[in-house]
Amino acid sequence: MSRITISGTGAVSPAGWGVDALMDLLRSGGKPECSSVERKTSDGTVITTTVARVPALADKSRLPRSPRLRRTSPIGKFTAAAALEAIGAERLAAAQVGEIRVSVICSLMNGCVNYSNRFYGEVLHDPKFASPILFPETVYNAPSSHLSAILGSMAPNDTLVGDGAELFTALELATEWLERGDCDLCVVVAPEEIDWLSAEAVGLRSKEIVPSEGAGAVVLEKDGSGPVLLTIPDPISYAEISDRAAALRRLRGELSADDDGRTLLADGRIGPSRIDRTEDEVFADWNGPRVSIKSVIGEAFGASASLQLVAAVEMLKSGEAEKAIVTSVGGNEQVAGCLLGGATPSSLNP
Amino acid sequence: MSASLNSVTVAYRSDQPPSLQARPVVITGAGIHTSMGCGKAENAEGFRAGRTAFRPVDLFDVSRQRVGTAGQALMPEKPQIPGFSGRQWGRMDRGTRMALTAAREALEQAGVNGAMPIMVGTSAGAMPIGEAYYNQAVEGKSLRGQFLRVESYQPQRQMTAMARALGVHGPIRIISNACASGANAIGHAFQMVREGKAERVLAGGYDALSQMVFAGFDSLQALSPSGIPRPFDAARDGLAIGEGAGFVVVESLESATARGAMPLAQVMAYAAATDIHHLTQPHPEGDAALMTMTAATKMAGVEPGEIDYINSHGTGTPLNDIAEGRAIQRLAGVDTPNVKVSSTKSAIGHLLGGAGSVESVICLLTLDGQWLPPSLNVREADEVCTFDLLRETRETTVNTVLTNSFGFGGANATLIFRKEVGP
Repeated sequence: MSRITISGTGAVSPAGWGVDALMDLLRSGGKPECSSVERKTSDGTVITTTVARVPALADKSRLPRSPRLRRTSPIGKFTAAAALEAIGAERLAAAQVGEIRVSVICSLMNGCVNYSNRFYGEVLHDPKFASPILFPETVYNAPSSHLSAILGSMAPNDTLVGDGAELFTALELATEWLERGDCDLCVVVAPEEIDWLSAEAVGLRSKEIVPSEGAGAVVLEKDGSGPVLLTIPDPISYAEISDRAAALRRLRGELSADDDGRTLLADGRIGPSRIDRTEDEVFADWNGPRVSIKSVIGEAFGASASLQLVAAVEMLKSGEAEKAIVTSVGGNEQVAGCLLGGATPSSLNP
Repeated sequence: MSASLNSVTVAYRSDQPPSLQARPVVITGAGIHTSMGCGKAENAEGFRAGRTAFRPVDLFDVSRQRVGTAGQALMPEKPQIPGFSGRQWGRMDRGTRMALTAAREALEQAGVNGAMPIMVGTSAGAMPIGEAYYNQAVEGKSLRGQFLRVESYQPQRQMTAMARALGVHGPIRIISNACASGANAIGHAFQMVREGKAERVLAGGYDALSQMVFAGFDSLQALSPSGIPRPFDAARDGLAIGEGAGFVVVESLESATARGAMPLAQVMAYAAATDIHHLTQPHPEGDAALMTMTAATKMAGVEPGEIDYINSHGTGTPLNDIAEGRAIQRLAGVDTPNVKVSSTKSAIGHLLGGAGSVESVICLLTLDGQWLPPSLNVREADEVCTFDLLRETRETTVNTVLTNSFGFGGANATLIFRKEVGP
C-alpha cells in the first residue's frame, strides 16, 4: 500500500518569507510587527485598521523572474513564493523540463481582493477607463494559473473557494489526483492578501482580531519523504450540523487522535475567548502539545489553516511530536481537519 | 472501498485507499435555469426552436458601458419548500436563487435528497452582494447590514443555505476555475462516484450578472458591441454575458438501478488540463483543448468520428473560436467534416462559472429529444470551420455528445455523455 507524504513546505506570513521565519517566530513566542491600512470614505472620514502584513521581500531569489508575476497583486507573489519553497529548486527544474508533472490546488476564501477593489472602484468612477489589465487578475484562479505557468505544467489545476477550513478539501482532492496518477507531485497552496475591504470586514466580527495575510504550501507525493498524511475525514458541513461544537466533537472522533502526550494539536484558536469558545470547549481535556498559530500571526482567512499545517509538519519533522492533528472551525461552511503521522514506522498503523 | 448506497464518504484514509476500479456513472436528474427559461421544458423548447434570449440589462447601470444587453434571466419564483421561509429566500443572492431552482429540479427528477456531497462551480459567487458591501463602505455612513453582506457575499455561505433548503447534506466543494468551473464540478462528481468515494453527488454551476464582471469583460473589449454573439462567424466580434444555473445528480449505475431510477445518460469521461500560454488567451493551436478532448475520448473509448455532437465552448471571441476550432480539427483529423459542432452561447450568452454545467444539461436535452441546437447569427462561417457547423436545428440520432469549457487562467475541461447506458 502506498503512502501519501508531505515532502515539502513553504510559507509566507507576517513573520517573513519562508518556513524558517514562521517557525522562528512561533518558537520565540513573539508577535509580528503590526501596521495599519487607512482609507478615506466619500465624506472624508479616515478609517484606520490595524493589520499584520507580510514584510517587504528582501531576498529577491525567493521569487522567479516571471512575466506572470510582473502585474500580480501580493497574493500572486505569496502563492508563488510559498509553493516554490515547498517544491524546492531541484524539483522545480525537473518540472520545468517536463520530467515530473506537478499539479496545483489553490484553496482560498477572499482571493484577489486588492485588484477587485481597485477595478470595481474604476468601474464606478468611469467604466470606459477601467483597466483591462486589472480585471483578469481579479478572478479566484489567477494565482494558481500563474503558478502552473511558472512550473511549465499543464497538469490539473483547481482553485477551491470556501471558508477557513477549505484547505482540507484541497488536501483530499490532492490525494485523489495522486492515487489516480494524474500527477507526480501536487502542491496545495492557500494564499490571501490584505486589503481594507477584507480587513474592515474582520472588524465587523471582532475588533480584537488582527487581520493578516500570507500563504502556506505543502507538496504531496506518493511514497516520498516526510510526514505521512493519515486521515482526512469528510468536512462536517453546517448544513448538516449547525452547532459548531457538535461538529468539532464529531471531527475529533473521526480523527481518532489519542491525546497521548506525543500528538500535537495545531488548532485554529486566535485569542478572544468568545471566538475560541468552540475549540476551547471541545479540546478542554487536551494535555498534549498544542500550537495556535492564528494567535500569533492573526486572521489570515483561507491561509490560516495552511500555516497551521506547515507548522505541524515542521514540528513532526523536528521530532517535537509523533503525530499531529490540524483542525479548523470555519466561519460559515464547515469544520474540517486532518491527522498526520511522522515518517516513522508507528505512523503507518493509525 | 465502495461507499454504502446511502452514505457520504469522500474522506481519505491512508489504510483504506479508494478503489481505482472504474464503475459506470449515470445522471439521474437534471435542472436548468437560463435566460431562455426556467426548467428543462422551456429551455429545450427554446433551443430547439433556435431562439435567442438577450434583453436589456436592468440590474445595474450600463449607460456608460459599450454594451447594454445580456442573457439576463427572469428571476425564478420562490420555491414552495416546507420550512423554507421568505426571509431565507431573501438572503439568497440572485445566482443562488437560480442555482436552488436548477438543483431542486435535478433532485426532484432523480427522486433523492439527504446525504450526498455537493460539487459546485462558480466564478463570481454572490458578487452583487459584495458590490453592495463595497458601495456602503465607500460611503462610510453606516455599518448597518454590513456583517450580513460580508457573510452572504461568500459562495460557501450561500451554498450551505441552498443545501439546507434542499434537504441535502454532505461536504461542499466549490470550484472556481473561471469559466470552466461548472464542467469541473460535474467532472469532480463523476470521478468521485466512478472511484467509489460516493454513490451520488449533486453537481452543477451557476453565475449571475454583476456590474463588476460585466464591466470587466467590457474593459477587455471582449463583449460584442452589437450585443449579438456570433460564435464561429468570420467577422465575430465578441461574446455576450449571460446568467443562470445547471445542476445534475451524478450517481453510480449500481445505485440508480437499485432504487429503480431511470438514467438520463451515462457520464463517459471527464478530462482537465491547464493552458499555460497566457492568463486570458488560449494557445493559438488549442493545445490544452486538444489534450482534454483526447484524454476524454480515450477514457470514453470512442473515436472522434463516433461523437455525434460537440457543444463547443464557442464564446464568439476571435481567439477562442480559432483555438477551439484548431483543436477540433487536430482531434478529428480526416473525420473533421463529419463532426457536428455548435455553440449554445449564441442563444443565451456566456454563463461564466455556470456555462459548463448549463451546457452539460443542454447536451442531456439533445440526448433526450434527439435534436441538435444551432450556432445562431452566423453570416459567414470562419475558415476554421472545416467541421460541420450547425447553423440550424438538426433533428438527428444523438447518442454520444462532448462538451468543452475553457476559462481564464487556462482552465480547460471536457465532458462526454452517452444516451445508451452500459457497463
